[in-house]
Amino acid sequence: MPEPVIVAQNLVKKYKDFAAVDGVCFEVAPGESFGLLGPNGAGKSTTMRMVGAVSTRTSGDLRILGLDPNRHGPEIRSRLGVVPQADNLDTELRVRENLLVYGRYFGLPRAQVARRADELLAFAQLEDKAKAKVDMLSGGMKRRLTIARALINDPSILLLDEPTTGLDPQARHILWDRLFRLKEQGTTLLLTTHYMDEAEQLCDRLVVIDKGVIMAEGAPAQLIRTYSSREVLEVRFGSDLNADVAAQIAGMGDRIEVLPDRILIYSENGESELVRIVEAGLTPITSLVRRSSLEDVFLRLTGRTLIE
Amino acid sequence: MSADPGGGAQRHADPMETVPAPGSVGDRAIRSTRRARRWGSWYVAEHRFRVMRSYAQTVTVTAIGNPIIYLYAMGVGLATLVDANLGADAVNGVSYLAFVAPALLCSAAIAVAGEEFTYPIMLGFKWNPVFFGMNSSPIQPGQIINGMVISVFVRMFLTCAVYFAFMLVFGAVPSAAGFLAVFVAVLTGLGFGALLMAYTATLTEDTGQLAMVMRFIVLPMTLFSGTFFPLSVLPVWLQWIGWISPLWHGTELARVFSYGASEPIWLSVLHVLYLSVLLALGWTWARRITARRLNK
Repeated sequence: MPEPVIVAQNLVKKYKDFAAVDGVCFEVAPGESFGLLGPNGAGKSTTMRMVGAVSTRTSGDLRILGLDPNRHGPEIRSRLGVVPQADNLDTELRVRENLLVYGRYFGLPRAQVARRADELLAFAQLEDKAKAKVDMLSGGMKRRLTIARALINDPSILLLDEPTTGLDPQARHILWDRLFRLKEQGTTLLLTTHYMDEAEQLCDRLVVIDKGVIMAEGAPAQLIRTYSSREVLEVRFGSDLNADVAAQIAGMGDRIEVLPDRILIYSENGESELVRIVEAGLTPITSLVRRSSLEDVFLRLTGRTLIE
Repeated sequence: MSADPGGGAQRHADPMETVPAPGSVGDRAIRSTRRARRWGSWYVAEHRFRVMRSYAQTVTVTAIGNPIIYLYAMGVGLATLVDANLGADAVNGVSYLAFVAPALLCSAAIAVAGEEFTYPIMLGFKWNPVFFGMNSSPIQPGQIINGMVISVFVRMFLTCAVYFAFMLVFGAVPSAAGFLAVFVAVLTGLGFGALLMAYTATLTEDTGQLAMVMRFIVLPMTLFSGTFFPLSVLPVWLQWIGWISPLWHGTELARVFSYGASEPIWLSVLHVLYLSVLLALGWTWARRITARRLNK
């Protein structure tokens, strides 16, 4: 087993009395794509900042590439690429210039930075925007430029905080494609997201985190197997009736979750549950059988949905 | 200046700290970061110069236009009136032009400080939060501030040098040691500017504080620092404005060099000390605030 590149043990970050991160433990192996999945305010970004060596932990232990961020902040950061939640590109500079100035921060020679900048503009599919003003870029392009900037030092670990939040579906897919390529090249990815589809697409392994605490850890498929059934039947009877109906169908499937707008019936076979509901004389307004997802894992673990 | 060696993270002695094995990623990281640790402040300055290029026109026009306008209006226009009434050795034994020019030079440095140490700082923390981006790289908070100071120093020095050249053209510098006034002006601008930078770094919201600073600090300071008339003309109960004003200290010292204004040597030393202390305080304070703000 290769030495892990990130080791967090009982990691705690407190703001006055509030523990944003409350005893988190995880390890990330080189080349692995590791996710922190949780709702807003779960402590994902705080964890990211500690790993990024820009936030001092309150207690616990943290090693990045074998180094302690309290002592070797700049050294750790020299091997990281950081894509923050909100873009912080320099809007007073042009696209390519953003890469040039950033590369210099790593002490790289000008010629090398210039060469790398051109490669990365190609990678981010922004070659024809090299001289554009940053403000002229779309949200997806800005995101890609931020990722390109994060790669300027050829990092050992790429940290991505909510990489696709706020992007339209097409822009998300382009971005995922780029991240996939990095993954294939062996870059270690640590990403936070509150999108299950993103976590399932990109993460080899993830932790579900809520209120600063890790609720579960594993590969997406394994988590789904452990915490959910194979399929889910979603039925809607109208917001007024859902609760009443839930009482009538209690006992069906492995488990039932009643949400304000729909009922979820967890089962190995969703279709057969639907047949049983109809045989019981109930007619849902809509019904849908789908595979279990990480959303269901989260619901099971916390009793809440990810996006509220 | 290498405070905050953890770089956005506190340093504390850790007896358990293991030294990374030679050739490991950690070991290579330590070696490849030496340049950034040493030159980081210059990289930030380099970034700032690139940004300044985007408003190079404004920089150039103010650097050339201001001395012409002010020296003409005050030193030629107003001076005609003053000298006609008081004679050619009107104030302090020299012409009004010679009297007012060093003060205008120092004010020009203050004006650059007012531009460069306010909105660019506000921008970096909030409106276009590039400081957070820099801080994700090996650059440390203190280096961000150093880089700002370096870049402003360069712009201020060039602005003052141009100003001084125009003073020569206007015949406003009787003394051969006059060129030293350029350095005095830069020290004045940086002394005041460093404090302004530290103050701006504390602002999380601009609800007009910076405009207030310009209106109620910079403007009165410009008027009552012995700029256009000697401080001694003011009633004693208003003279304190001059004594605490970096502009007064700078102007008085600049006059010593530009036309040999007489003042006791201890006072000249005091001017230098006062401005240097302001610079050191503001600089240190700004570095601390920045480290605190970037390490959340």
